[in-house]
Amino acid sequence: MSSDTPAYRVGDAVDVLCKPSPGHVRTPRYVQDHQGRITAIHGRFRDPESLAHRGDGTPARWLYEVAFDAAALWGPSRGTAGDSVRADIFEHWLRQTEQGASDR
Amino acid sequence: MSLPLQVVTSVGEGSRMASGVHDMGGQPHGGPVNVPDHAMADWEVLTDAVNLALVASGAYAVDEMRRAQEEIEPGRYLAMTYYERWIGGIEQVLVERGILTPDEIDARTAELAERWG
Repeated sequence: MSSDTPAYRVGDAVDVLCKPSPGHVRTPRYVQDHQGRITAIHGRFRDPESLAHRGDGTPARWLYEVAFDAAALWGPSRGTAGDSVRADIFEHWLRQTEQGASDR
Repeated sequence: MSLPLQVVTSVGEGSRMASGVHDMGGQPHGGPVNVPDHAMADWEVLTDAVNLALVASGAYAVDEMRRAQEEIEPGRYLAMTYYERWIGGIEQVLVERGILTPDEIDARTAELAERWG
């Protein structure tokens, strides 16, 4: 359920989940199962996965900007070293990265 | 409600669930994306405006229209332009919501096609 406070803070290391989710999904596959870092907290919004099927959008979800290392997403041969990709990801698609874990 | 095709692809060491053909970000497709400057055609501007007006009026949530686009059969989806997909999504949601019937849409389309030649 949505909490009154966000689960994550700017700077937190988070993993994007990879999970079957029939219907409308706002988490692109290219960040699923990857590690990123919270760079902004956008606020709480009605859940598009519910609204897309005429639900009422509850529970509302916290939305974060998450930064990813582009080389980790797409391989080091594309783009410039140090490139990052930022994507807006909802809280229920994130979990805290375990200590010491690094992106595949 | 029909569920979308679940596409599983292997990317490197893992497999990730794409939610449909629309979920194509990051996929190789043979070179840099060509993003030419182009003015929107009148019908594209109108599509955008009609969608905004319908959402503002409470006819549907924009998320429904996006989801409806994602339900377009993958072969058709890839052959359609951006605003053609918008129109497809809008039509589907208007039918789902009982605002228009497919017959009404077809009849009006035929009428306009005859008028405009």
